[in-house]
Amino acid sequence: MAALANQLPIGLSIAAVLLLIALGLTFTFGQMGVVNMAHGEFIMVGAYTAYLLQGAVGGQSLLVALPVAFAVAGLLGLLLEWSLIRRFYGRPLDTLLLTWGVSLVLQQLARDVFGAPNVQVTAPAWLVGGVDVLGVRLPHNRVFITALAALCVLGVGLYLAKLPQGRRMRAVVQNRELAACSGIATGRVDRSTFLLGSGLAGVAGVALTLVGPVGPGLGTFYIVDAFLVVVAGGLGRLRGAVLAALALGFLNGYLEFWTDASLAKVLVFVAVIAFLQIRPQGMVALRGRSLG
Amino acid sequence: MLSVSDVDVRYGRARVLHGVSLEVPTGSLVCLMGRNGVGKTTLLKTTMGLLRPAAGRVELEGEDITGLPTHQRVRRGMAFVPQGHVSFPQLTVWENLQVTLEATSHRQASAVEEALAVFPTLRPLFKRPAGFLSGGQRQQLAIARALITRPRLLLLDEPTEGVQPSVIDEIELAVRRLHRQAGLTVLLVEQYLDLALRLADSFVVLDAGRVAHAGPVAELHDESVRRLLSV
Ligand SMILES: Nc1ncnc2c1ncn2[C@@H]1O[C@H](COP(=O)(O)OP(=O)(O)OP(=O)(O)O)[C@@H](O)[C@H]1O
Ligand SMILES: [Mg+2]
Repeated sequence: MAALANQLPIGLSIAAVLLLIALGLTFTFGQMGVVNMAHGEFIMVGAYTAYLLQGAVGGQSLLVALPVAFAVAGLLGLLLEWSLIRRFYGRPLDTLLLTWGVSLVLQQLARDVFGAPNVQVTAPAWLVGGVDVLGVRLPHNRVFITALAALCVLGVGLYLAKLPQGRRMRAVVQNRELAACSGIATGRVDRSTFLLGSGLAGVAGVALTLVGPVGPGLGTFYIVDAFLVVVAGGLGRLRGAVLAALALGFLNGYLEFWTDASLAKVLVFVAVIAFLQIRPQGMVALRGRSLG
Repeated sequence: MLSVSDVDVRYGRARVLHGVSLEVPTGSLVCLMGRNGVGKTTLLKTTMGLLRPAAGRVELEGEDITGLPTHQRVRRGMAFVPQGHVSFPQLTVWENLQVTLEATSHRQASAVEEALAVFPTLRPLFKRPAGFLSGGQRQQLAIARALITRPRLLLLDEPTEGVQPSVIDEIELAVRRLHRQAGLTVLLVEQYLDLALRLADSFVVLDAGRVAHAGPVAELHDESVRRLLSV
């Protein structure tokens, strides 16, 4: 029983990482239907941004890195949408290959600029150490990531529910033609959706520097998990992504405890596939009389 | 106001409109008619910029708008109520209206009030997702949304289709008022002959993607015209 309780905060912090890496993808993949293989590399770009800033800014670089990584990854995403993806909407296979190609190019670029070996970002002093939660010693960096994930979800939720830009985004996703007929510049909304989704990937990248090294392959390591969360949650549903991240995080935490890390990953994957056989629409499905 | 000349429209290989021309003079109410599948919706969508014609021109008040994006046509005073009670289903009624208001250039909240004065039944439904409304309610919402843009030219695609009689009356009354009192120019697609006779100044009949007849509304009584409309 004590062991079960012990794994609780660990599961939560895994869930937080999953949520951070998947949040941006709920926009580009979930909302816009672009199988965005480059999402992982936007995470990597965020991580390298944190690495560069630690040299340039020092001390509080982590806090500076969050908004800067959002901007850098976000602008890259916007550029990708504007230059390539917008020509391929409604052609999922083409965008998959396209974004996969972009992801390979970005990885190679990272290798050329930063070298193939991993680099390390040193956590600031205030993130070293830990607190006791439910009798378990929880590292500060895990607490920080959990809080960051909660903050991002809250921000995104408010953006979608309350701000005019979020309303426009939902309108375009629900009915593109009708949105255009309502006077909405749909192309501009697409660009801002990509900016937001990719920017969130950048933020996730900064967070990941706190739990591991940074390398050109960072994105490849996380991209499958990100897609799993979005698909299991129900495409484009924020609440679904949160639920799925929590479920997968806890499942992973407990399985890791009983088996080992790599077997746990496989089992989680199998569990998601099995779940989708029973409920293909994911945890949170769309409601309403018609989708028209 | 609106002038469509010689437009050809295709869906892939299938050619749906063949050299269609149409005039909607300022202040008029023109009814576009024809059997199912003759291309009425296609013509309206082309006018609105949702479809690109392979040939031909669309002009609004003398300006060539053939290549203009849809949202800019809305800015220039065109509004379109699509066929089939279309709304943003997961946005509430209020959000449906608000998102439209926020995309207008005038941004005057009074436009929402004016639209609600036309369809007061919408107000108690504000918090409901539009996907949960009945077809008739959604159609009223759709027209209200179009009015919020303060259009000078309104395109209506079968607004009374699949709507109960009392709501048809409301919609007819609303269109009549907007046209007669507010001077709105209207291009109406309508299958219901009596309604067309009551509302329109003139009409155009499409048949198999071509204009088969165009004339003042009195000619709707002609036997040759009736034959074009009967199944
Ligand atoms: N997206 C599409 N792809 C291919 N063909 C289409 C498409 N939309 C319509 N068509 C075809 O184009 C023709 C004209 O369709 P359109 O919707 O314009 O007719 P309509 O006059 O509005 O009919 P209705 O009275 O049923 O609304 C039809 O034969 C239809 O099958
Ligand atoms: Mg039609």
